[in-house]
Amino acid sequence: VTEILQLVLYGIVLGSIISLGAIGVSLIFGILRFAHFAHGDFMTLGAYFAFVGVVGLNLPMIVVFPFALGAMGLVAVVIDRSIYRFMRSSSPIIMLISSVGTALMLRSLIQIVWGPDNKIYEAGIKMPFTFMGLRIKPDQLTIVIGAFLLVVLLHLFLHRTKMGKAMRAMSDNMDLARVSGINTERVIFWTWVIAACLAAAAGIFLGIDTRLNPIMGWRLLLPVFAATILGGIGSFYGAILGGLVIGIVQELSTLFISPAYKPAVAFAIMVLMLVIRPTGIMGGKE
Amino acid sequence: MEIGGLLGYFIFFMTMAGIYGVLSLGLNVQWGYTGQINIGVAAFYAIGAYTSAILTTPASTDHLGGFGLPFVAGLAGAMVLAGLLALIVGLITLKLRGDYLAIASIGIAEIVRLFLKNEGWLTNGVRGIPAIPKPLSSLIPGGEAVLFLLVVLFFVALTYLALQRLFHSPWVRVLRAVRANEEAVQAAGKNVLRFRVEAFVLGSMIMGLGGALYAHFTTFISPSAFDPMFGTFLVWVMLIAGGSGNNRGALLGALIIWGVWSGTEIFTAKLPEDWVTRASSIRIFLIGLLLEIILILRPQGIMPERPPRPPGLREVLQRDQAQGDVSS
Repeated sequence: VTEILQLVLYGIVLGSIISLGAIGVSLIFGILRFAHFAHGDFMTLGAYFAFVGVVGLNLPMIVVFPFALGAMGLVAVVIDRSIYRFMRSSSPIIMLISSVGTALMLRSLIQIVWGPDNKIYEAGIKMPFTFMGLRIKPDQLTIVIGAFLLVVLLHLFLHRTKMGKAMRAMSDNMDLARVSGINTERVIFWTWVIAACLAAAAGIFLGIDTRLNPIMGWRLLLPVFAATILGGIGSFYGAILGGLVIGIVQELSTLFISPAYKPAVAFAIMVLMLVIRPTGIMGGKE
Repeated sequence: MEIGGLLGYFIFFMTMAGIYGVLSLGLNVQWGYTGQINIGVAAFYAIGAYTSAILTTPASTDHLGGFGLPFVAGLAGAMVLAGLLALIVGLITLKLRGDYLAIASIGIAEIVRLFLKNEGWLTNGVRGIPAIPKPLSSLIPGGEAVLFLLVVLFFVALTYLALQRLFHSPWVRVLRAVRANEEAVQAAGKNVLRFRVEAFVLGSMIMGLGGALYAHFTTFISPSAFDPMFGTFLVWVMLIAGGSGNNRGALLGALIIWGVWSGTEIFTAKLPEDWVTRASSIRIFLIGLLLEIILILRPQGIMPERPPRPPGLREVLQRDQAQGDVSS
């Protein structure tokens, strides 16, 4: 039982990271109506931004963190303005294909700048806390708490601010939002900033938990999409729930099958969901 | 030597362009005709390559094999297996909107990649399958490269002609109609799902054929040859650059983009020593940039799609003209 609980705990850590990515994918899907394939590479780039601050400038992570998020938000807006903006009038499918191109461009840029090798934020092993036979590393606790705080912040933003309400309105009904005078370009701007910040946070957390390498985010893209679909595309809380479920099930699956097939588990859950209930747990858009 | 080397390179270049041409034609059936986004081209490409390799190689202790079947049987097997995989994926995802297929297809690609890497008994894992026979190699000593180029070009031509014929058939008219307005097609009493699955399976079978040709060309395959960059992304850029929905465009795109890809290698080879490891990243970046530029400036590609002529239009026109002549 302890072993299972331990895996669930690891699953929650992984699930928090996936959730942060899935919220972003879900937001972008809700507002811009396309599956953003460069999201994994947004995570990677965010993680490397933090790497510059932590290892290059020798600053503490807590200081670097907001700057890395901000930098990623800026990059996302620049990409949107220079690439996706020109495709808004054509079908969303074109933006999907374009985002695959963006993904590869970002990944190759990361490889050009930082090289293909693994990197870490901090050398050395920290002793895990032990609680009722369960082990959890301080870093992992930070990840879960950090992810939780970000989700609370985002919840407040979506419900208490005008921009947040505009975003939800646009996600619910694009035409209705437009006729009621919502500035769609501004909403799109903020969508990218928020989604990219969350992606950067997810990337940094993933880097803290494991290691940095140029394909770390791309590898997580499938679980992130699976979480988004599981929770219901366009649904904020669904994305969080989906992320946690995918994270936990992926970790638990190592009890039965080779860990090499972990990504396949996310895929299997996604396919199952698509067959049974394509709108997701929280009944998002079909 | 110089001439011989150049000629050898030209043959290699054209063979690879031909194989990519087959993949691009396959994707054209899915994306060009039907509007399906398959980001897992690499999966069907790899399945084709491995199936044919396993069917035609002599017995080996490293991987499943020893069937020693002829080349043509390998090709057929490759197409059947790629088609079967497509059938399963298609039946599940093609009922849903397009984005789901895109997402599911990267999942398939990832699983196929993991499978080929981890199931050593079948594929010899990362060490790959060597000694895949090259057909007709004993016919002219020393001329096997040219002969294989002819084999590839034969299959390119065959696929092209078949698809071209198909392009003017009622089947493709339905597919194009589904792409434009699904509800209308449904209202007209067509089984939309069936047409979609058929297109997806046909496209994937052609990709499987491409994979088989590749396996017999290089005579050695390992999972790294089918990474998403070479297997999927280049093919997409080829088709979009050449012209989605246009078979000639698909082939032209394969030739041009393979030329750009190979050309950038000549450029990056001139970079200073410590940049060599980054060379391939630079090339990938440039190809990505090229895709974005095409999508923004000329999304229809070099040779835009031309709708097939409706049946009998020429006859109708001739008749009208004849009547016009009479009346005037």
